[in-house]
Amino acid sequence: MSKLNIKNLIKSFPSMDRPAVNNINLDIESGELVAFLGPSGCGKTTILKMITGLFQPDSGDIILDEQSLLKIPTEKRGVVMVFQNYLLFPYMNVNENVGFALKMKGVDKNIIDQKVKEMLELVKLPDIGLRKPKQLSGGQQQRVALARALISNPRILLLDEPLSNLDAHLRDEMRDLIVTIQQKLKVTTIFVTHDQEEAVLLADKIALIFDGELQNFTSPKNYYEKPKNIKAAKFFGGVNFINAKKDNNNLSTTIGTVHYKGENYTDLNEDNIITIRPENIKLSKNNDFNDNSFKGLIKSVIFSGTHTRYKIIVKDLELECSLQSVGLQDIKTDDTIYVHLPSDKIWAMNE
Amino acid sequence: MNNNLKKINIYAIYLGAFILILPLIAFFINAFSFRWFYPQVIPKELSLQAWVRLKLIPKPGQRTFDGFIELWASNPAVIKALLNSLSIGFLVTIVSIIIALPAARVLGLLNFRFKKLIIFIMVSPTILPPIAFVLGLNINFISWGFSGNYFGVCLVHLVPIMPYVVLTMTGIFANYNPDFEHQARTLGANKTKTFLLITLPAIAPGMVVAALFAFLVSWSQYLLTFLIGAGKVMTLPLLVFSTASSGNPALTAAISIIFIFPAILILFFTSKFVSGESGATSGFGKI
Repeated sequence: MSKLNIKNLIKSFPSMDRPAVNNINLDIESGELVAFLGPSGCGKTTILKMITGLFQPDSGDIILDEQSLLKIPTEKRGVVMVFQNYLLFPYMNVNENVGFALKMKGVDKNIIDQKVKEMLELVKLPDIGLRKPKQLSGGQQQRVALARALISNPRILLLDEPLSNLDAHLRDEMRDLIVTIQQKLKVTTIFVTHDQEEAVLLADKIALIFDGELQNFTSPKNYYEKPKNIKAAKFFGGVNFINAKKDNNNLSTTIGTVHYKGENYTDLNEDNIITIRPENIKLSKNNDFNDNSFKGLIKSVIFSGTHTRYKIIVKDLELECSLQSVGLQDIKTDDTIYVHLPSDKIWAMNE
Repeated sequence: MNNNLKKINIYAIYLGAFILILPLIAFFINAFSFRWFYPQVIPKELSLQAWVRLKLIPKPGQRTFDGFIELWASNPAVIKALLNSLSIGFLVTIVSIIIALPAARVLGLLNFRFKKLIIFIMVSPTILPPIAFVLGLNINFISWGFSGNYFGVCLVHLVPIMPYVVLTMTGIFANYNPDFEHQARTLGANKTKTFLLITLPAIAPGMVVAALFAFLVSWSQYLLTFLIGAGKVMTLPLLVFSTASSGNPALTAAISIIFIFPAILILFFTSKFVSGESGATSGFGKI
């Protein structure tokens, strides 16, 4: 049970014209499962390597349980990393690999054997202890790597792209296993991924990082409903963005005045942007909504199974709406339509 | 490939091996014969006189256990040269590997400006004739006091050895993933344990090959030992040359056998690293 604070962390490499990690602040609570999400090259793995001590930051601090890690050598930090390609030691069999961390601590051999057995059962791979890493499949190697990382009860577990080298069906299985084990052992865990779906499914909180800068650090739900900026909203599939101005507790836009109930109204700048998820927009042929209702024209209708997607032109603006296909009104291209933006579902953010 | 062709290939290999071994057989017969001249196909008389003259086997009548001990304890020139060659060989092998290890790691893992130039300079002793640099080097060695002694000979042996050792070991590191070391560190291994348990097993097979090159290059070094040693440091190649120029074939054959034997022995014990999957392609393999 350990909490991690990252303070003003900066790291540059001579080969890059911008800092790889630019002034990142993060507070990760004990037992949390946190995702570092961002496109490749955004600096997320660099942060992991600074937490393990493989890189030294240029400035800033990494604090684990009120104690700075920077002066502590890698092997004494209690931070274990599972690399993307597992890196099982090829000259050792599975038992020796899993027991490695305890052997380094000088633990008695009988206790190591016992613990190794427990860990292999935890990752659901008993009876393969005598095999060499080469004889294992990718999924098995990943589990052995996880067992090896967890055996010494690390204070922080770091997973670098834990699912990206696996086939699709193994990925679901592995994801469940990671969540189960993490909840069972309550180990503070950070994993790195470029896949927003993976981050949403696994993580308690997501740190979104672009170009070495932290965009937002909040729960997956908030990324959909209350994104902090337009970049974050777009990364999570946001498509509807409307320029707005503050106007008397409401927001005025090119399509008309929009009633707003979001709790962040006082924090908004004069100029801001409204966003709404496509699935929260409602459509009606007759104007039977009381407020935030705008007249538009259907540009296109795309049936995609459970949902149907509409593109609607409202004045000079294009909005996208996604409705459940079951029980739809008959709406066709070029129909005139009333678009309803429910005031509790719209979200305004600063540019 | 059809069976006949396979058979022909195998016979060709046998023939090649036979051609290589034939002179060695002649050497052996010669070393144990007395006045074996043309046109005799086999020597008329077998004899140990060459070995007696080398003071490795006592004269007839003194061939008892004590006789052997007494003779060898008198420190014959052959044994002295053999021990010199062996100790110089082992010493420069160890030193060359210690020097080459960090250099090879940098050359194998990193890319930097002028890397090709640096590699070229490192390899240059294999292209340059030794006589071209050793004469200049000798002047410096004389003024530094390295000429005519054991230390100077070791030092000059490193010149032709280093290219082989650095290049072989660079090959290992080109195929090496340093993340394994990082992984071991995060699992609680300190730097020493990481080197011993992770790095060393990965590079060991390639290192044996590099050591083999180093030893054999040092072992067969004539010119550099002759010039820098100034005749004061006697190694086996020097003894072989001086004996051969004396014109006694049996004696030359006997000392050549002593010269070849340790090299063959070492090659025999390291051959499994030179051939097959390990060898210069160690590291961690492709992952």
